[in-house]
Formats: sequence, structure tokens, C-alpha cells
Amino acid sequence: MRPSLALAAFAFGALLAPLALRAQDTTPPRGVHLGLHYQGDVKPGVVVGVVRGPWGDSVQAIIQRDLDNGDRVAIIGYPGTPAAQAVAQVSTGVNYVIWKSLGAAAALQMSFTAAGLHVAVHDVAAGTVLQARDFALPSTPGSADWRFAVHAASDELERIITGTRGIASTRILFVRGGRIVIIDSDGWGERVLTEPGTALSPAWQPQGKGFAYSTLVAHGWRIMLRDFSGVPGHALGTTPGGLNMSPAFSPDGAWLAYAHGEEDGVDLWEAPMSGLIATGPPRRVTVGRGTDNVSPSWSPDARRLVFTSGRLGHPEIYVADADGSNSEMLTPFSFGEEVYRSNPDWSPDGLQVAYQAQLSGVFQVMSIALRDRSIRQLTSEGRNEDPSWAPDARHLVFSSTRTGARELFVLDVESGRARQLTHGAGARLPAWSPPLAVAP
Amino acid sequence: MNGRRILPAAILALAAVAACSKKAPETAPPPVNQDSIAKAHAADSAAKAAAATAAAASAKADSMAAAAAKRAQDSLAALESQKTKVRDEFKSKIYFDYDQSTLTDSAKAKLDRKIRILNANPTLAVEIEGHTDERGSAEYNMALGQRRAASVKRYLVQHGIADSRITIISYGEERPVAPGHDEDSWKQNRRAEFVITFGDVQPGT
Repeated sequence: MRPSLALAAFAFGALLAPLALRAQDTTPPRGVHLGLHYQGDVKPGVVVGVVRGPWGDSVQAIIQRDLDNGDRVAIIGYPGTPAAQAVAQVSTGVNYVIWKSLGAAAALQMSFTAAGLHVAVHDVAAGTVLQARDFALPSTPGSADWRFAVHAASDELERIITGTRGIASTRILFVRGGRIVIIDSDGWGERVLTEPGTALSPAWQPQGKGFAYSTLVAHGWRIMLRDFSGVPGHALGTTPGGLNMSPAFSPDGAWLAYAHGEEDGVDLWEAPMSGLIATGPPRRVTVGRGTDNVSPSWSPDARRLVFTSGRLGHPEIYVADADGSNSEMLTPFSFGEEVYRSNPDWSPDGLQVAYQAQLSGVFQVMSIALRDRSIRQLTSEGRNEDPSWAPDARHLVFSSTRTGARELFVLDVESGRARQLTHGAGARLPAWSPPLAVAP
Repeated sequence: MNGRRILPAAILALAAVAACSKKAPETAPPPVNQDSIAKAHAADSAAKAAAATAAAASAKADSMAAAAAKRAQDSLAALESQKTKVRDEFKSKIYFDYDQSTLTDSAKAKLDRKIRILNANPTLAVEIEGHTDERGSAEYNMALGQRRAASVKRYLVQHGIADSRITIISYGEERPVAPGHDEDSWKQNRRAEFVITFGDVQPGT
């Protein structure tokens, strides 16, 4: 190969390397194609095979649930269904006849190896293995790290089957009882991260290095930054007082936007960042002349912001360039005392902004398309607030009172299906993580 | 059981016998001096009389002191209760309409009273807390609470109170005083509170 071609190949391989952290392709490259062929709305049926050995049940159940939660495939053989018996009958073997009769498009044949999990993805219609993969699992089955590794396998399997990577190997930060809490995407492993106090508005550092949040101090509110080691965080800047709140990292990690106010309204500021450390003084983004500008959220290319502004006399969603210029109202103007729109979150594909709006006195989660400003109402039951997008730009987590207590729910925006994530009451202000390479 | 009691008794008996056998021969007592007895009696009586007088005087002083202390306590209590009245008035909350930070007429009247107290007590410093009801965005409510506290501070400063005597803080919707989910509770939560951060009030101001 010519040196420049070799270099290009090396660079391309290096780009792909992070995606292949836990997977080794053991099939020959010839003949591999990503994604099965299926029509439109029809979800391909997937059989998740039995896994023999200790913790095999858990692996099968976790992968079934992850693929089901992705809302892109239909799981065949959930425990208790008639199909489950047939799946158990095939067990760890191969049986295209049975799989086809169950309506499966793909079947996962899985077994434990010394290093983790071996999965053969079968294309049932074609009657062959589509791809085989080896996924490394930590040697501590049942631990949070082990579960995370199984979730990562699910996400890669979903990519092989549907062409879109799953969101199982992510985590969600939220607030309960004045403390920042973290939970797995399937609702498992909830743990408190901060000391007793009054903390609000957690925001992920985009490489998963840690998070920012605001906390009550002696005479005001400070932005705190911390990692996941358990060590108490440090404060952003040395402002002794004032209101500092609603932090948001830009997706490239270069800036931390936040709202700061003293006695003349609240404005948005941005501090330049390297990881969790500010590298210089903040720059001012909005000059609100006494109005309130809070809750910033960045576009995926880090060039624009959406935020809540009360400059009209009531809260609306605004969009502006990252330096604050060219600001305009995003949500269409409507006359009426009831108008109240806030808490915007820009979807990771850049196409939509989710937010909450007061409709007939009750808040609902809405979404506005950037391209044509068309609006969708995404919830209707109970009080629904604080939307935060998952990395697939199709699911979002929000807080809802539909069960009577305030809990977090995950919504599939395309099908409308919602599942309850927390079961402890008082959960609010969730933030869905970016794609995570390692368990935080 | 019986075995246990015999041993100590035996030891005591032995000791008594031992003590008896070591007793020293008695010497004759000295002759009695009647004069010194009489002097001793007289000294005793005088001492007793003096003690009685002192006791009486002390008791009288005590009761006078007690009476004075009681009078002082009563007037201290009265002063304290007057101070409490002023403090309570200074700390009385003011309330806001939904989503508003403007001061109502009744809020202004309460603030005018607080201004008089501040003027009469020059060491007094205060922190104004801004609060909201639970409706709407928790984050926007933090800004609204800040705006309410700032609005109160502006009124005080416009009426001559030094800026340095007043700090502000917002608690947004995080510290409700009424837990319900209806207007009755909400209107109690849309408030500003006044916390004395330095100095104190004098009674009657």
C-alpha cells in the first residue's frame, strides 16, 4: 500500500476503535451486512436464546429487556408467553424451522466464554449466521460494571440487527430529596452521589467524566463539578454569592453554560472548560436587562443554544447562537395569560427541541421541530415536566405525576410507549447521559 | 451459706479479743475549771447571737435582692416581649401574586413598617428570601424567587436603607411552608421572608 493510503486506513481504523472496545468480529469480513431488511413500521421479531450456566438467566433477561426497551424490535419468547417454551426448547442450539414459525427475523445464540459472552446473530430468513461477536464481561457477575457490559452487548446487537445502536449502556442522573442520584437505563442500581443538602439540575460532562449541578450555599447557589469517584466536587469560579444554576456542557465539552443572577435578572454565561476544570473566566451570553434567562441546552454541533426566557413577561423558549447573538423566540407566539414554556432540551440528532408547556393549567412534554417549527404534544396523563433526550434522539426521560407521586418515565417518542423508571417518589430534573464508553 | 457467715464473725471475735488484750491503762481526767466553762458558754451564746443577727440581716438582704431581681426580671420580660413584638413584625412575611414579583399595596405597607424598624435600629442587617409556589419549572422558579427578593430589596433601598444592610437569596420552590397542591397552599408559598443577619431590635422601635 502507498504510505498515504496506509495512514488513511490506520486513521479510519483508529476512529472505529472506540466503538469496538468490547467486541471482536470473528466472522470473515466478506458477506457481512449491517441490519436486516424489514419494512417500515414492522418491528423485526427477535429471539434471545437461552444462556447456559450461572447468571445465564440474567444475561438472557437483560438483553431481552434492553432490546424491548429500544422499541425497534419485538421480543419473541418473553417468560410466560407460549413462545418462551419453544425458545427454551431450542435452548442454546440452532433451529431455523422453529425460529421461522415463531415469526423471528433474527435469533441470538449465546454462550459464556472465558472472557465473557459469545453471540451468533442468526438471519432466520436466510438461514445463516449474520455476524458473530465476542463481548468481554468483567469477572464480577451481577455487579454494576458487569450489568453495564451486558448492556453494551445489547446495544451492539441492536445495531447489528436494526442498524441503530441501542441506549442500554447509558445512565440517568436526577434529583430526589435535595441530592443527585444515578440510575441505570433499565431502572436498576439506583445510588445517591452527593452529600445531604439542596442540589438541583444535574448535567453530564459529555465524555462521561463527571457532572455539574447547582447547590445551595450560605448566601446563594453555586455550580459544582465532580466525578464519579465519590470525592466531593469543586465549585465553578469564586463568586461568593448570587444565584448560579442550570449548568449545561456543550457537546464537545469545551464550554459550560449556566445561568447567573444577582439583583437585576438572571443571564446566561459560559465558562471555557477542559474536562471538569474551568480554563478561564466566563463570558456573558445574554444581556437580559433585568429579565430571567435560564435552563440552557446546546445544539449537537455546539453552535447554538436554546433556553427559557421571561423577557416577554412569561417564560418562552428562545434559540440563539452560542455567543448569544441572533436570539429569537423558538416557540410560536400565542396570546394568552396561560402561556408558559420552559426546560428545553435539544435532541442529539439536532432535529427537535423537547420542552414543557402549560396546557389547560397542566404541564405536558412537547417537542418542536427545528426545520418547520411544527409542534407535537408527547404526554397527556398527569403533570409531565423536565424532558431529557436519550442519545438515540428517539427516547426521552421526564418526570410525571401520573401514578400519584412524582416519578421518572421513559417515553418512546415514535410509538408513544412509556415505561416507569423510578419507584421511590419525588424524582425530578432527570438528565440522560451521552453514550458512555465505561460505566461511570 | 452458713459457712460463709461463720468466718467473718470469727475474725471479728478474734480482733475484739486482740484489741482488748492491747488496751492501755487509763489515766485520771484533769480537774474541771468552772470559769472556763462559763466563759465558753458565754462565748457560745455571743457567737450564736451574732450568727442569728447576721442570718436575719442576710435573710432580709436576700429577700430585698429577690424582690429587686423579680422586679428586674419582670421588666426584662416585658422588654423581651416588646422586642419580640418588634422582631416578629420585622420578620412578618409578604406575599406575591402568581408568577409576579411586583409588590402589592399590602406588601408595601408591611415594608414601610420594616423600614421604620430598620431606621430605628441602625445595626440591624437582613437577608431577604424569595420563594415561589410549586407550579412551573423548578429552575425558572429559582429565578422568580430571586426576582421577588430583589424587588423587595429595591423598595427598601429606594426608601433610604443602605444597600450593605441587605442581602438576598432565592429558594425557588424548594422550601414551601404549606404542603398542599391547591391555591390555599400556593398563596402561602409565594412569599418573601426576612431573616435578621446582624444586630437586633430595640423594644418600642
